[in-house]
Amino acid sequence: MIERESPVTEDELHAFIDGQLPAERSAAVEAWLASHPEDAARVAAWRAQADAIRLRFGETANEAVPERLKVDTLLRSGRKWRAIAAAVAAFAFLVGGVSGWMARGTTEVAAAAGDPADQIAQEALSAHKLYIAEVRHPIEVGAAEAHLMPWLSRRLGTNLRIPDFSHFDLKLLGGRLLPGPSGTAALFMFENGNGDRVTFYCSKAGPQQMAFRYLQSDNVAAIRWVESGYTFVVSGNADKARLKELARAAYEQLENRAPPPTNRSSAEPARKGT
Amino acid sequence: MSSFRHDVEGTVPALRRYARALTRDTELADDLVQDTLVRALRSEHLFHGGDIRSWLFTILTNLNRNRLRSLARRPLTASLDDNDAPDSAGPEAGGRDIERALELLVDDQKQALLLVVLEGLSYREVADVQGVPIGTVMSRLARARAQIKSYLDGERPALRRVK
Repeated sequence: MIERESPVTEDELHAFIDGQLPAERSAAVEAWLASHPEDAARVAAWRAQADAIRLRFGETANEAVPERLKVDTLLRSGRKWRAIAAAVAAFAFLVGGVSGWMARGTTEVAAAAGDPADQIAQEALSAHKLYIAEVRHPIEVGAAEAHLMPWLSRRLGTNLRIPDFSHFDLKLLGGRLLPGPSGTAALFMFENGNGDRVTFYCSKAGPQQMAFRYLQSDNVAAIRWVESGYTFVVSGNADKARLKELARAAYEQLENRAPPPTNRSSAEPARKGT
Repeated sequence: MSSFRHDVEGTVPALRRYARALTRDTELADDLVQDTLVRALRSEHLFHGGDIRSWLFTILTNLNRNRLRSLARRPLTASLDDNDAPDSAGPEAGGRDIERALELLVDDQKQALLLVVLEGLSYREVADVQGVPIGTVMSRLARARAQIKSYLDGERPALRRVK
């Protein structure tokens, strides 16, 4: 390891072999390695790893690109592709449904017994995990379809509203109907240009009102709250700060009122422009 | 062909290489690349300049993460089995040791290492792809390298048990 007063940091050792060290530091690092054989050995080992990785996988980039990965092919076969994708997605839905259901027993044992809102949140998180993996068929009805909201509103028995997450660069893809632990549920999916997905889930449960609560399962997490007899759940990557902002934005928009009071406002300053 | 499409096409070999190293499965890797391209071509209007390569790597990384989540994969089960004895021909025999070593890494570390050493992305670009601060990239890289080194040095569970 590097001594405390070291003028050379571990990060610089990495940057040295990755060719990302500022030129003016290379002499210092080289001198350091000359007088610290343990670090020199470590750096040599890292370099050998990098060589082995490039040797093992580098050749892939020189292979002829298969026809199906050519841009022209993809553009030309767009229409046919969508038909195939629908069939593939239908199959994946069956498989995913079964494995998702089986996974529930193992990964979500922590489901809070008794509290229906938490059961709904667990269900929302399962649905989130299942459907974000769908590349071409993540939703049942697209956002552009006029009947999306009337249909889901009718099935849930309320006048549904969807939060606008455009401040977060998230665009609504559409929604789907799902069976929930206490009745019908609706799931809406949002996506940014990087393929990062967030879902908004809504189901009828309990007359009481409940504050935000955070749940996490592996790398995904959800925030749920209850308002006017409906449980709402926002799920996404396990990034608590961002999820809080999303949940707060959804809450404020849906209730069409001022930010929720005190105990929650300590978390983050309100996002500008919302 | 527009310059956007041209640039996307030019990145395909690198995307295949990265996907192959991530998944170690040719078909699966090309599926990921295809999904990435379909999405990118569909989202051309969402691309507001910048580095197309980083953007495509970001999409591929996210798609792979979604895929792994849906599998609810248990990462270490396959690779610590009895057949993990060191190859007599030496650590780099056929590249299999480096493959096994990569397999032991958690996904975020593996991505960071591959993006740096295989794809030559800058630490800054990797931070953007992974959506984390640069310091997180550095610690992922450091942990990945330390873990591979101890694996290749023979500190394997199977060997430890023998001692």
